[in-house]
Amino acid sequence: MPPVISAEGLYKVFGRRPARGVEALRRGSTRDDLREDGLTAAVIDASFSVDPGEMFVVMGLSGSGKSTLIRMVNGLLPATAGTLDIGGQNLFSMSPAKVREVRRKRISMVFQHFALLPHRTVGENAAYGLEISGLNRSDREQKASTALEMVGLKGWEGYKPSALSGGMQQRVGLARALAAGTDILLMDEAFSALDPLIRRDMQDQLIELQQRLEKTILFITHDLNEAMRIGDRIAMMRDGRIVQIGTSEEILNEPANDYVAKFIQDVDRSRVLTASAIMEQPPEVLGSGQGPRTAHKLLRETQNSWLVVLHRDHTPAGMLLEDDVAEAVQAGRSDLPWSPPHEMHVVRHDTPIADLFAPSAQHRNPLVVVDDDGKFLGVVPRVTLLTAAGVAHEGSPSSPSSPGAPGDTVSATGSSTVTIDQEGSEAR
Amino acid sequence: MNFIPRIPIGEWAESGIDWLTDNVAGLFDVISAIFNFLVGNLTYGLTALEPLVMIVILALIAWVVRSWQLAIGTAITFLIVLSMEQWVHMMETMALVLVATVVAVVIAVPVGILAASNRAVSSVVRPIMDFMQTMPAFVYLIPAVTFFSIGVVPGMVATIIFALPPGVRMTELGIRQVDGETVEAGEAFGASSWQILRGIQLPLAVPTIMAGVNQVIMLALSMGVIAGMIGAPGLGKEVVAAISSLDLALGVEAGLGVVILAVYLDRITAALGDSATYTKSALALVQKARARRATGAL
Repeated sequence: MPPVISAEGLYKVFGRRPARGVEALRRGSTRDDLREDGLTAAVIDASFSVDPGEMFVVMGLSGSGKSTLIRMVNGLLPATAGTLDIGGQNLFSMSPAKVREVRRKRISMVFQHFALLPHRTVGENAAYGLEISGLNRSDREQKASTALEMVGLKGWEGYKPSALSGGMQQRVGLARALAAGTDILLMDEAFSALDPLIRRDMQDQLIELQQRLEKTILFITHDLNEAMRIGDRIAMMRDGRIVQIGTSEEILNEPANDYVAKFIQDVDRSRVLTASAIMEQPPEVLGSGQGPRTAHKLLRETQNSWLVVLHRDHTPAGMLLEDDVAEAVQAGRSDLPWSPPHEMHVVRHDTPIADLFAPSAQHRNPLVVVDDDGKFLGVVPRVTLLTAAGVAHEGSPSSPSSPGAPGDTVSATGSSTVTIDQEGSEAR
Repeated sequence: MNFIPRIPIGEWAESGIDWLTDNVAGLFDVISAIFNFLVGNLTYGLTALEPLVMIVILALIAWVVRSWQLAIGTAITFLIVLSMEQWVHMMETMALVLVATVVAVVIAVPVGILAASNRAVSSVVRPIMDFMQTMPAFVYLIPAVTFFSIGVVPGMVATIIFALPPGVRMTELGIRQVDGETVEAGEAFGASSWQILRGIQLPLAVPTIMAGVNQVIMLALSMGVIAGMIGAPGLGKEVVAAISSLDLALGVEAGLGVVILAVYLDRITAALGDSATYTKSALALVQKARARRATGAL
């Protein structure tokens, strides 16, 4: 699918004759050079695209230009140079009337300090976008009520915003954006003014709403933990430039430069990294149709103490232990000597590693990681988990010592070219 | 000091005024007719009713917009005016002030809006407002008389010019003070400039604009008294009469009438601009009951 928002080489320079600032920047001048000239370079050569249904987070400290960037996306601030397409149409070449039309139909916005109209009731605030579009009263009241119900404010229509707490006011701001029925949502530090507990609630609610409504969301924040928590992809901004775009795992594991690396020091990696990032491929897996002799051979070859058995559709069938297999071979049995079912603990690929410690401590064997459809992806031996946790604890930006590129999809079968690493042998 | 030539600014102004008198007389006649009509009818309306009935009505207005305490105070003080036999004069002054205020506001608010939205307009308007406000009020009376001869109309015109500036200033201030993010929200949802002005800026600027209107009324009242010198009817005329005959008794009574009228108009307009503060007003009570019914119905 083509991207909903795509920006190419966006510049925003404030001051007299800003175009000369863009020229200077392209020639290699720095932000400080421009400042001496009386120009402020807020955004420098920003390019990014947001796919339909994606939660794209722009993260940066104050003064990094992220608020300017989001205001260029809906044309509140015209860019000094560059192009911006909304759904394939160039926003900057549109007439003012057409831009207003785009804002009414396609883009709505949630503001840091809510920006509710204090003289209107909650219901009238939620209906504001629809009122501007010229929808009749009964229809817009109905849509506003639906939106308010979605954010958990059913029955508050008649109150003034001043009667509501900060978190509730921002829910009204969100309802106003949702009621407008646009497919793009811009959120400018939307949760930054809320206290931490409420912020977390709102983040959860936003994730849930986005999954349900499939909105494309451009979210601005200065809080890296928030960015990592909700973002499908994150753009890191510094001094007006986008320094890195990637998933939270990519940014954690491969920071583009020292600035990003310094930034992610404080992130609680065990909350951000998921099972799929640290899991590894077992040296071999066994088809469930095989017998104990094959199992024994594989275990000997791989020097492992355990073996994962898969059904034909790649869902995990069970776990075999070395001792049991040896016994079965000696006894001449032809069926596989399953370990007790509770000995195989299955986790989903998106489980944060913080939630892996308890099951890992209870099981001798590695945790088995499956994808959304329950198909086998890999295993997390205890040692791997502890190594990853150790790295997370030190906060070093270097990637944890797990083999393979994290986040890569791992095919379950046919990979016999696996070296036996230390973790594997220590896990005996 | 001979090397500084005498610049005859005063004479230029005079000949300018003369030119206007000769060439724009038709316009002045129209203005004159309109003001005479407005003030005449309003005065008639205010004095047509029995004074006691009128006092009850004015007290009720005080209760509706502010509080029952103000209503009682209004009734008592207006009864005092009635007993001082200044009632009709007070109503004449009130008519003059109200018409002057309405005209001043009708001019001031749009000018203020323009000044708020356009820096160039603002930088032109500001010195003009300074001039209008600092020029001694009596000076306005001279051209006013040349244009409109004596009576209520020149008094009105001088009053409007003198009372206009705070209306313009406070409107501009009020609109500029509106939270930028709120205006941005309007833009972000695709509102046109007119929709933003009507739906966001003006409503949020109302308290400040009403503070300006309050100032306009106070200035109009003081100027309305001065206008008594050129024959505008009302308490001002009584004050001027008291001065010329050194009649202290009349001076005190007419002056008290001005004070009482000023307090009444001030309290009413202050409450109009800041209705949220006056939770005990009849209007607020009605609104609260209606809101309760609306949420109860859900």
